[in-house]
Amino acid sequence: MRLEVRGVRFSYGSVPVLKDVCLEVGEGEVVSLVGPNGSGKTTLLKCIGRILRPKKGVILFNGDELGKMVPRELARLLGYVPQSSPSSFPLTVLETVLLGRRPHIRWKLGRRDKEIVLKTLRLMELDNLSLRMFNQLSGGERQKVLIARALAQEPEVLLLDEPTSSLDLRHQLEVLQLITDIVREKGLAAIMAIHDLNLASMFSDKIIMLKEGEIFAAGKGEEVLSPENIWQVYGVKVTVSNDSGRPYIIPLTQRREYGGISPPGKGK
Amino acid sequence: MVMREMDRLEGAEAEELYSRLTAKKLFFILAALGGLVALVLVATSIGSARLGIGEVARAIGARLLPLNATVSGKVEVIVWDIRLPRIVLGVLAGAGLGFSGTAMQGIMRNPLVSPYTIGIASAAAFGASVAIVLGAGLIGSEKYIVITNAFIFALLNAILVYGLARARGMRSETLILAGIALMYLFSASTSVLQYIATEEELHAVVHWLFGSLTGASWENVLVVSLVLVVCFLPLMRYSWDLNAMLAGDETATALGVNIGRVRATILVLSTLPAATIICFTGIIGFVGLVAPHIARMLIGADHRFLLPSSSVLGALLLLGADTVGRTAFQPTVIPVGIVVSFIGVPFFLYLILRVRREYFR
Repeated sequence: MRLEVRGVRFSYGSVPVLKDVCLEVGEGEVVSLVGPNGSGKTTLLKCIGRILRPKKGVILFNGDELGKMVPRELARLLGYVPQSSPSSFPLTVLETVLLGRRPHIRWKLGRRDKEIVLKTLRLMELDNLSLRMFNQLSGGERQKVLIARALAQEPEVLLLDEPTSSLDLRHQLEVLQLITDIVREKGLAAIMAIHDLNLASMFSDKIIMLKEGEIFAAGKGEEVLSPENIWQVYGVKVTVSNDSGRPYIIPLTQRREYGGISPPGKGK
Repeated sequence: MVMREMDRLEGAEAEELYSRLTAKKLFFILAALGGLVALVLVATSIGSARLGIGEVARAIGARLLPLNATVSGKVEVIVWDIRLPRIVLGVLAGAGLGFSGTAMQGIMRNPLVSPYTIGIASAAAFGASVAIVLGAGLIGSEKYIVITNAFIFALLNAILVYGLARARGMRSETLILAGIALMYLFSASTSVLQYIATEEELHAVVHWLFGSLTGASWENVLVVSLVLVVCFLPLMRYSWDLNAMLAGDETATALGVNIGRVRATILVLSTLPAATIICFTGIIGFVGLVAPHIARMLIGADHRFLLPSSSVLGALLLLGADTVGRTAFQPTVIPVGIVVSFIGVPFFLYLILRVRREYFR
């Protein structure tokens, strides 16, 4: 299984957000998209998920163009986990996760659909919240419900937009571990936008660093997460420790002067 | 092997858990339907000539079922020619406004939306006023121009709202704002007509605006029920899509819903019944707003159950209100549009305060 993004461009109005982005994800791989706010991570995810139509470029799943598939077919291939979800008319947790089965059914839920939903709820440790309203949940629980919905969809590719942004430390690790385990076990692929570079370093096979809509660096964690790259992309001085076997980023105190950040030595 | 066994257990468990939950909701809908049937019988029995419930049931049964019941001619006339058309129209109007409001609120993800707020009712009112004040109808004979005009303007409004929203990719905000803007436009236009109307015409316009079931006839019932059935069944098929849209446009898209097309289709399927009902009854605003909320508070937001239950609750509310309006100050009949607000608002406020506090958080 292989997902390829080839030369994707996107702009909101006349503001270009993505400029010729190319990437590839294979079976069992977790790819993290990192980069500062506004660098195009979410837009890229949405383009891959066909929530936004790229202005140019194609996305191929096993060689088939996603743009030529019907929505239902797409929804069986790609599971999208948004950052948050509106809750003006809240569904229960169970009803929310049941929605993941929508691409697979016409009207009636089969036994298998119900079983998958129950299993997913148990897997995410949400089963005793099943009947709670979505808007009564804590931020972390909501995020787990959204992930559960995407898993219930049984997609081939998971697209996750900041899946851990409102989770506490323990749940961040748990959820990311769970996602990587599922991806490996079931031979899925995952692409996630993530802010925390250390989590990205811990849980991804490949990291793609975006800067102003372009890929600045891509590859294994130790190649991408260098002090040099981070300085170039974020304008932040860091040291990277490799004691734990993978890069661990420690930001250095930022000295600010009036008028903005004053780079000690203007990069390279 | 052990895993297999466990899988099967989980399957059975999931099946049981799920059917327990749905059984509750189905029971609620059936109970409400039972209540509605009872209310129909009671409503048919009361009026200026008091009939017994048994008498009413026999008179209705004699025609619907192959029963050999003897019914006096007088009772039959009161039941079938005088009371039932009005009562059945009330039931249909309540049901139609109920599910139409539910679907509109669903696609626009907004609790304030109803056939009234997106301008359908004001457009219909303008159409009716044009017919009453200027005597001008677009099509149809003299006798029906109020109805046809109301319907045509309601559709015109829907087309305008649709066109404006389409230009912006069928976003819910655009739909709502376009609807509200047109509502003001049509209300202002109706005011102009009221301003230039003679006393008599003004009276007729105001009476139309109240909303009432006085004009009910079996022909009206037939037309309304046809439109309702034709729109309700496909709407039910969109239940899952409506549910998905509650989770946001992006999520719905990711779940395989073609947002623009589905939203437009549902808009049509919910506008048609509302326009048809309003053109026969005048403006009965509150039901379409409130029946969906009451249903949601009682059984939740899953549209597979919400669409039917908001229909039944809308019917209960409207028929209940009309029965009170018809009988409370006999022989004066208070238009149902007024009574529905007087009864519905306190009930609704009670629900907001008592049931599911979290719902409105």
